[in-house]
Amino acid sequence: MNKSFLILRREYLTRVKKKSFIIMTLLVPVFMAALTILPTYLATMDDKEERTIAVYDPTSLVLNKLESNEFTKFHYIPEQEFQGLKTDFKSGKYYALLYIPENIITTSRAEMISDKQITFDVKNLVTNRIENIIEGDKRKAVIDQTGVPDLEKKLAATKTSITVETIKMGEEGKAVKSSTEIAMAIGYVAGFMMYFFVLMYGLMVMRGVMEEKTNRIVEVIISSVKPFQLLFGKIVGIGLVGLTQIVIWIVLAIAIATGVGSFIGHGSHETIAQAQNIMSSQGVDQIATAAPAQTNATLEIIQMIGGLNIPLIIFAMFFYFICGFILYASFYGAIGSAVDSDEDAQQMMMPVMMPLIFSIIILFAVAKNPEGPLAFWASIIPFTSPIIMVARIPFGVPVWQIILSMVVLLGSIMGSIWMAGKIYRTGILMYGKKVNLKEIVKWLFYKN
Amino acid sequence: MAKNRPWSESIPVIRYSPRSSCFIICFYFEKHFFLCNIIRSFDTDNKVFKSSIMDIFQANNVVKEFVGHVALSSVSITVKEASVFGLLGPNGAGKTTLIRIINQITAPDSGELFFEGRPIRSEDIYQIGYLPEERGLYKKMKVGEQALYLAQLKGMSKRDALKSLKFWFEKFEIQDWWGKKVEELSKGMAQKVQFITTVIHQPKLLIFDEPFTGFDPINTNLIKNEILELKKNGTTIIFSTHNMSSVEEICDHIALINQSKKILDGQIDQVKEKFKTNTFEVIYRGDTPDLDNHLGSNFKVLEHTASEHQKQMKVQFLNGNSNNELLKILMNQFEIVSFKEIIPSMNDVFIHVVEQNNLEIKL
Repeated sequence: MNKSFLILRREYLTRVKKKSFIIMTLLVPVFMAALTILPTYLATMDDKEERTIAVYDPTSLVLNKLESNEFTKFHYIPEQEFQGLKTDFKSGKYYALLYIPENIITTSRAEMISDKQITFDVKNLVTNRIENIIEGDKRKAVIDQTGVPDLEKKLAATKTSITVETIKMGEEGKAVKSSTEIAMAIGYVAGFMMYFFVLMYGLMVMRGVMEEKTNRIVEVIISSVKPFQLLFGKIVGIGLVGLTQIVIWIVLAIAIATGVGSFIGHGSHETIAQAQNIMSSQGVDQIATAAPAQTNATLEIIQMIGGLNIPLIIFAMFFYFICGFILYASFYGAIGSAVDSDEDAQQMMMPVMMPLIFSIIILFAVAKNPEGPLAFWASIIPFTSPIIMVARIPFGVPVWQIILSMVVLLGSIMGSIWMAGKIYRTGILMYGKKVNLKEIVKWLFYKN
Repeated sequence: MAKNRPWSESIPVIRYSPRSSCFIICFYFEKHFFLCNIIRSFDTDNKVFKSSIMDIFQANNVVKEFVGHVALSSVSITVKEASVFGLLGPNGAGKTTLIRIINQITAPDSGELFFEGRPIRSEDIYQIGYLPEERGLYKKMKVGEQALYLAQLKGMSKRDALKSLKFWFEKFEIQDWWGKKVEELSKGMAQKVQFITTVIHQPKLLIFDEPFTGFDPINTNLIKNEILELKKNGTTIIFSTHNMSSVEEICDHIALINQSKKILDGQIDQVKEKFKTNTFEVIYRGDTPDLDNHLGSNFKVLEHTASEHQKQMKVQFLNGNSNNELLKILMNQFEIVSFKEIIPSMNDVFIHVVEQNNLEIKL
């Protein structure tokens, strides 16, 4: 066992001390954080450009009613100028030319002409404003016709918005607020993380075994330790590298999330204020309730995350990472021992990668229906359970299913380790021979 | 350079002497017990203790089969302590399989293995050092770190390993390689490091498979002298090579394996003696006589070359005559400059025996 520890220590230290490991471990969370922050940041940042839009409105429907905002101004032009601009747009210094046709009420169509691609935001703004004006006019006409007093206010009072709260009954009959969306998101992320870690570290075991074989150092080492000890030390050592990375990432993620949280909070308040300005200027003051709603939502999200069984999720992630990794690593280790070159390895790898890829493919279906037969069987079968069960757990899984899945996985690990040991022992000393699956199966039944 | 080689410590008496007397007594008890065992084994079961105290390793009727072919069929070898045992044979004969069995990398299908007179145990691998033919090091790892790791895998403590490594690195004058990565070294340099990692734990039995590949003549000599020195200090060496001249220089005893069977075994001089053909090389001065007439039916001239400077011939005895008889006849014919018996080289023996054996197998 002492020897296994020596091997484990070498496998662990050589990898953890590698520059690429350190860089990746530290940079990936930063990169991910940047990916979440940047769009928010840019959203608050962008469109500070001042634009003037020329409006030609022969119908006079929107005349002088289009409100300019901080950056987008509307300038009304007479027909002459409109005709001039139509032939030579560059002569004016406008961003775009808005034309309200005579029949806009019936066709619901307006035109905006520009020499460049009109941005989404500008198009949205213009569309919204015209819509609001025309809709308001129409409504006003209808209200005037009916002659009911205060109809506008009464209609406004009928506006309804309903939130359906999903509540999960806890074990002790305690109602816990839950959110399908959040369970889904966490299940997804956790499932992908499992896939990523199991595959990455499984392949690392394979490359490590191949390195020893092609370097020809393996014969020296197995003259001092048993081949199984070497494989065992390697798998555990690399597994610990993986755990180290997960732990560092979790710690960094929490640290960054705290930092980002305050940043986004700040940013979103700004956006809400902006939206309020725009809306209230149009006389629609309902949105004034939006800000408190937003804060409520944030609170609710926090509540809902609290409603999830976080310790179970984290325990499941560690358990299924460790077991799933060992399961796949033993297969990859066996493959690494059997092949001489990368090309051969590619071929042999495919069958072992299939269940992992399959898991990712069905992950979406499982997240949509976490109680269905597909989800159930995929979380019991050991080749897919490390990914699928972890993705299911945020939705709440019956305890007997979790236990069954874990027992099956543990049993499979024992089988896979036994198999890997047998193949490895024969494979590492076999040079210059192209092996196929049939041959490898034969190795399982070799005596020593 | 330090005079006391670590090898001197491998002899038990010296290893124990600096310690308290208690240790010495313990040692004596051990030895006494050991002898008792031998005596007992003679009158009880011969099988348990076939080997004498001088045999460090013995293999009896070792058989190893792989799917489709036999690697070793009933091979037996006995390796005497503090000797160099040459394990010879053409490619694919089964040498590497036998070496792997000695190292307990693979287990034989049947047969018995003894180490220091008792059945081999798994701990005995710490008493064995192995330099495989197909060898290498971790390319990305630093030389010192790697040597330390391999020494620790052989059961050395970190302190002992560092001390020993320092000694060897100084001896080979490679101290400044300690912090280099293996990929920065040349093949010969890496081989030196590999040699050190093989002998570092002072094993009782060393197995070298083609130890000289990759070395220039100077380093070959260096390694050769190290091997001989190890032998002098009591280490037993199993030496496998295709280089027959080094076999002659180093080995005391050889075994020749061909197509999974041992076909020749013995002291190297005895083996050569066995295969000599009673042929003599004679260099002479004077006229070339009509030899066939003079020599008669007991001798045969195999070869006769005469240049301006030197005349020489090879004569073979056909019957068991003495050398003097031949000399007497020749002395009357011309002036003899030199007269010597041609002893076959190991190269000749190897080729002769293997070809003969292959022919027999075909028939």
